[in-house]
Amino acid sequence: MTSELPGSPVLKVEGVSLAFGGVRALSKVSLEAAEGTITAIIGPNGAGKTSLFNAISGFYRPAEGRILFEGRDISRLRPPARAKLGLARTFQNIALFRGMTVLDNIKLGRHAHLRTNVLDALFYWGRAQREELALRQEIEERIIDFLEIQHIRRAPVGALPYGLQKRVELARALAMRPKILMLDEPVAGMNREETEDMARFILDVKEEWGVTILMVEHDMGMVMDISDHVIVLNFGQVIAQGRPAEVQRDPAVVSAYLGSGDVGELSRRLHARQAA
Amino acid sequence: MTDWLFLAEVCLAGIGAGALYALTGVAFVLIYKATRVVNLAIGEILMLGGYAFLGFAAGWGLPAWAALPLAVLCGGLFGAVVERTLIRPMLGESPISVFMVTVGLGSMLVGAVELGWGADPLRLPEFVPNRPVFIGEAYLAPKVAYGFVAASLVIAAFVLAFRFSRSGVALRATAGDQGAAYSVGIDVPRVFSLAWTAACATAAGAGVLVGSIGGISPTMGVFGLSVLVVVIVGGLDSIMGALVGGLLVGLIEALAGAFLGGEYKLLATFGLLILILMLRPYGLFGTHEIERL
Amino acid sequence: MRIATLKTSYAGDEALFDTKLQRSLLALFGLVLAVFPFVAGPYWLFMACLVAINVASATGLNILTGYTGLVSLGQAAFMGVGAYTVAILELRVGTPFPVNLLAAGATTALVGAVVGLPSLRVKGLYLAIATIGASVILHFVFANWSLTGEARGLSMPPARLFGNDLDQPFELYWVIVPITAAMILGAANLFRTRIGRAFIAIRDRDISAEVLGIPLLRYKLTSFAISSFYAGVAGGLWAYFFRVVTPESFPLINSIFYLAAIIVGGMGTILGGILGAAFMTMVPEVLKLVVGWFSPYFPDALAALAPIRTIVFGALIVGFLIFEPQGLAEIWARVRRFFHLWPFKT
Ligand SMILES: Nc1ncnc2c1ncn2[C@@H]1O[C@H](COP(=O)(O)OP(=O)(O)OP(=O)(O)O)[C@@H](O)[C@H]1O
Ligand SMILES: [Mg+2]
Repeated sequence: MTSELPGSPVLKVEGVSLAFGGVRALSKVSLEAAEGTITAIIGPNGAGKTSLFNAISGFYRPAEGRILFEGRDISRLRPPARAKLGLARTFQNIALFRGMTVLDNIKLGRHAHLRTNVLDALFYWGRAQREELALRQEIEERIIDFLEIQHIRRAPVGALPYGLQKRVELARALAMRPKILMLDEPVAGMNREETEDMARFILDVKEEWGVTILMVEHDMGMVMDISDHVIVLNFGQVIAQGRPAEVQRDPAVVSAYLGSGDVGELSRRLHARQAA
Repeated sequence: MTDWLFLAEVCLAGIGAGALYALTGVAFVLIYKATRVVNLAIGEILMLGGYAFLGFAAGWGLPAWAALPLAVLCGGLFGAVVERTLIRPMLGESPISVFMVTVGLGSMLVGAVELGWGADPLRLPEFVPNRPVFIGEAYLAPKVAYGFVAASLVIAAFVLAFRFSRSGVALRATAGDQGAAYSVGIDVPRVFSLAWTAACATAAGAGVLVGSIGGISPTMGVFGLSVLVVVIVGGLDSIMGALVGGLLVGLIEALAGAFLGGEYKLLATFGLLILILMLRPYGLFGTHEIERL
Repeated sequence: MRIATLKTSYAGDEALFDTKLQRSLLALFGLVLAVFPFVAGPYWLFMACLVAINVASATGLNILTGYTGLVSLGQAAFMGVGAYTVAILELRVGTPFPVNLLAAGATTALVGAVVGLPSLRVKGLYLAIATIGASVILHFVFANWSLTGEARGLSMPPARLFGNDLDQPFELYWVIVPITAAMILGAANLFRTRIGRAFIAIRDRDISAEVLGIPLLRYKLTSFAISSFYAGVAGGLWAYFFRVVTPESFPLINSIFYLAAIIVGGMGTILGGILGAAFMTMVPEVLKLVVGWFSPYFPDALAALAPIRTIVFGALIVGFLIFEPQGLAEIWARVRRFFHLWPFKT
């Protein structure tokens, strides 16, 4: 059925279903994200992409199905525990903490991996201080320089332009020591130049950091350029997947994506093609 | 036998008091539904109603039938002014800030009343017939009985208005979805103003009833604390909840007061509050808003 | 905007007071505090102690409400828990006062964490109302438990240090002010670490914070506990200062006082808690003075003092929320920015 995936799956979603009242946001969704690859999830508005991310991060509890991370079933873990394992993400509607500076937002990403307790913190002795300084140094050298946001590190996030906010969100996710990075529409609302910067950062994260990436995106150009594997979601169901070129060549997928095609017709054609 | 009679009398008194809780609770819910403001000053507005009545009846020497509507009118006017000057500027601020504004408002009212009438408790002039009321064999204080009747009538009127009048429909639409209400041409600011006016008028009226039973004092605002429990128990946005919650709290307070002692009243009420918060956090009839990421 | 100051190390950049000017101002303020008791009369010493106690409590509430976004109307009742703990330990056990203060903090922290438990299920204003419930219940306990002396309350001996009774404001000043200073420093430190960041994250967007690795309940309870610890120690100091603790000592209106203090001062800034508590403690004194001027002309002016104070409290809350929601701390920051750029730009 599916095309060959390089590497073993870091994340595996098995038959996940999720409903809100009458709305079936996800029905029996199964997919994999192979280690060291970029997997893109595309689909029209309301297809259930964000809901899928939320189910993977543990914010929604699926009615059925399992989520496996590095072979381990994490379906019952609370969101913070999943974050600690290395599931990092950004949000479609930027979710930065407006009361903090850029630097503190990024530092917050490391929370689960720090050990400072209340007493350390009140006195700011020993461990707290060591940990904070080491964290600061690492963030400066590995993340702030990498994402080229030195000039805004002291700025309150609320005052930043949209494109930079998205970049800070990425920085915060990187601070989470991700094994898999889930990006929900990383370039939505960006201009050409900003999009290209972001695409470059994402590729660099994959290559230099060796992080597996799962990405929801509407910008087809970018999806086709940088992803290794594309999954098409429509009405909460996976209707197609494959290499970008395969998916792109399929006019049915494009029309479904644009919301103009009949879904039944689309999947019939798709299945016919695969049978052939 | 006498024990059962006593129990029945206590329950009746509790239900009577509960009707006043329910009435004030409805006022609270009205404001919450329309404007999403948790109005902690509701008890103080109630107190204001009591003092306004005293002012008109004892100060100006007006008869009760004139003083009561005037006090209600005063409450309504006050509500309109508060909405316009304190609540509307806070539009779009965090609910917690608006809540704090009402806390500040309550404090100002307590101070103002104390400044005007002193800190000592006062009695309202008698205006309720004081022929004892018996339900079966059980005795019910006449004021409580008439208070119950009045509260029930007003609540019934509210429920009907809410269902069937134009303003009621506009209010319900606004409560459902402010943005949508705007877009279908409902004058949302007017709904806000209307809700505050109606609610504060109601609270002021309730204040006269409560004051006629137990007297008035600047600390009468603690009545508002029990009302807070009423609406939490019922659900902040449910009229039905305010009714059930009001009767429940009234009953529990009466029972605790009669069998454990007066100092246990508030304890029982707030015990109920904590229990409900743990078991059914959004009240018996309240709606729980789903959060989105 | 401030032009970046050149930093040679991250440690320098992460310091609490990162400019020379700030450090000199702080040193100057410390000096003033140290000289103050020798030049001030008993009234001003009394006021200074009272301000310090209120600053400690307001700073605690600021951690919970200003930084974590959990509104509490229980701070006064929590102070009561601390005050009673100290009084009971003094009267029944006779442990030394530093131990009693710590015990007051610890007991109150525990009570606070229990009161915070409803945050398991509810948030926002529901939680605020739960804290009202908690204070009602705590008051009931104060007024009806034999251990807390029921309605009469408890009278207690002064604190003793190295064989001396600390019963004058001058002596207590040297205990209360340093403890408050240490508590402020602790609060400021908190927000240089992951604990403080987690609090702010919960305040700003709790559900995203959870997905980013912050266990909400644990941190909400931690915030309750720390805040109550502050209230408990402040209440303990209060008990040593006034030496009688009754159920009426910590009414609900005092909780509103502390809330007002952080609103007026500026929620979510350490400076805000300090400025607000100092300001709100001094307001009644200023009112007393003003009313004193009028008393020759209006004979009942003095009787009007209490209600006027209540009105002014309310008006300050409302006024600041509407006109200066960031509070005095923001006004102070504006003044500083002005002088920073002056005379180049205004
Ligand atoms: N918390 C919720 N409550 C109710 N319905 C929801 C909730 N979250 C999502 N939905 C519904 O589930 C469906 C899928 O939504 P989702 O946000 O996952 O779509 P999406 O693919 O991310 O769309 P978009 O491209 O617009 O971001 C939609 O019909 C949406 O209305
Ligand atoms: Mg989406």
